[in-house]
Amino acid sequence: MSLIMNAQVATKPETPVRRSRWMALSGNRNWQAIWFMLPAVAFLILFLAYPLAYGVWLSFTDTRMGSPGEFIGLGNYIWLMDDPVFIIAVMNTLIFTAGASIFKFVIGFYLAILLNKRLPFKALIRAVVLLPWIVPTALSAIAFWWILDSQFSVISWSLKSIGLIDHNINFLGDRDLARASVIFANVWRGIPFIAITLLAGLQTVPVSLYEAATIDGASSWQMFRRITYPMLTPIIAVVMTFSVLFTFTEFQLIWVLTRGGPANATDLMATLSYQRAILGGQLGEGSAIAVAMIPFLLGAIMISWFGLQRQKWQQGNDQ
Amino acid sequence: MSNPTEATMTDTSAARLGRKIKSTPEGEGMDYLETLPKRVVYLYVPLTIILFVLLFPFYWMTLTSFKSTAELTDFNTFNPFWVWQPTLQHLKDLLFGSHYPRWLLNTMMVSVTATALSLAASVLAAYAITRIRFRGARFVGVMIFFAYLVPPSVLFIPLAVVVSTYGLFDSPLALILTYPTILIPFSTWLLIGYFKTIPYELEECALMDGASRLQILLKIILPLAVPGLISAGIFCFTLCWNEFIYALVFIQSEANKTVPIAIVTVFTDGDNYRWGALMSGALVGSLPICILYSFFVNHYVSSLAGAVKE
Repeated sequence: MSLIMNAQVATKPETPVRRSRWMALSGNRNWQAIWFMLPAVAFLILFLAYPLAYGVWLSFTDTRMGSPGEFIGLGNYIWLMDDPVFIIAVMNTLIFTAGASIFKFVIGFYLAILLNKRLPFKALIRAVVLLPWIVPTALSAIAFWWILDSQFSVISWSLKSIGLIDHNINFLGDRDLARASVIFANVWRGIPFIAITLLAGLQTVPVSLYEAATIDGASSWQMFRRITYPMLTPIIAVVMTFSVLFTFTEFQLIWVLTRGGPANATDLMATLSYQRAILGGQLGEGSAIAVAMIPFLLGAIMISWFGLQRQKWQQGNDQ
Repeated sequence: MSNPTEATMTDTSAARLGRKIKSTPEGEGMDYLETLPKRVVYLYVPLTIILFVLLFPFYWMTLTSFKSTAELTDFNTFNPFWVWQPTLQHLKDLLFGSHYPRWLLNTMMVSVTATALSLAASVLAAYAITRIRFRGARFVGVMIFFAYLVPPSVLFIPLAVVVSTYGLFDSPLALILTYPTILIPFSTWLLIGYFKTIPYELEECALMDGASRLQILLKIILPLAVPGLISAGIFCFTLCWNEFIYALVFIQSEANKTVPIAIVTVFTDGDNYRWGALMSGALVGSLPICILYSFFVNHYVSSLAGAVKE
């Protein structure tokens, strides 16, 4: 065998060397992996990691649109701390996120439990439930805008016809009503995601657990509290992290419905940073507002991460 | 004599049993224990209310786009919950009197291209992470997951600057190149899950036969991962269609806008909103995605479920 191979090598003296180096290079997993990872990593570095770092840098400068700025340290942040509008926006964002997330979770979970029961046309209902999530937010927000219009709101009209109120409700013109309206619209859009993902989780819970609990005389609340909820904790943690993350950084719904008005009552950090940076041209200040969102987001991620860890520890496989 | 009767009796009881088992298939547990009135109160009533609220905006959107302008603002003569004088005027204005077809085309083109780019990049990345097992594969996987958690509203300001320094401002290319940053992390994550379910043995056979990694990926893994590819693809397409803030910031000229941006910025100028045009614009803009959805409902559900799985 080796003789034959040697003979072959002898006939072509240079190729084996080059070929073996090529083989070594192309056979090396790390090199291969670099080629495979290149497109994705290039995209993520050029348009995600670099802009993220650049945004943090911008937030320490006084850059305006069209003029390169200078490093001013924490100037933007110090200025923002004294800016009542920024404080309002932070409070709004926290209220919006907390309110919307709680309602989304409760109603979404409830809907998931309902959909997990025996139902006629189950597949159809499940398909229909996802619709608000499929349709672009900006477009459904326009429908809400029309439903909540100050003059031609169908809700006002219906309530007037029944005789509950005698004048139109100014949904988007009143501060508190506007806040409630945007939360409602956000909950409306977020319920399907939570319901369908939790439904997928519910379907993995073995029925025998409920049967055993029923025989032991458990009430339906006890079954929910002691079986459904613990079994679903990991998936709830992930779903709620995403939900909180996307609610906290909500932009398009607010922009279409209220543009942050009336009088900044519905301005979130994202909309305020858009107003300051793009409409006002204060790129540095706008970036500072955007960067100020990051600690909150990290906090939300950490909370759900530790929620998951706790679950793993309870299951006894944290080794 | 008694034997046949007994046989028929057992047959019928078996049939009854069979029917009963059929009516409560597996996974629905002990629902048969609930009585009808209880089911109405605890299941049908709340479900109907939730479904009504979830679907009403779409009903309203559809109604409004077929109502005449007079009917739109006069609720007292015309009950608003139905169309009394249907008209196609708004749709006609939309399709022939505005740039709407152009916007639809823009959205379609941007979504398809960005989805294709992201899928190609994610397939390669997901394969490398699951199968090549290079040094740092886990780390890269975790980093990609974190990339998924970076929201566009944190990135759009620096991205606007980056996009204009690359000379892409106001060009569809700006969207085609930035959307993959939202799509790649998600679809890589989803595909990693799919690739993990494909048995190693298939790949080992191909390696023994001298296939290269790329050949294995294209000829063995991809055909087996088609459901995953469809899930990731339609999910990406939906996200592109829905994307708002990048398109709002990076695109200035009316001809290059995407549907959501165009409707919000072009149709709402001035004090007098053209509700008919707005609603028909929103309706037509939602239709393509709804049609796609109706064909791939199960893929959407599985991609959603896959998105939150570890």
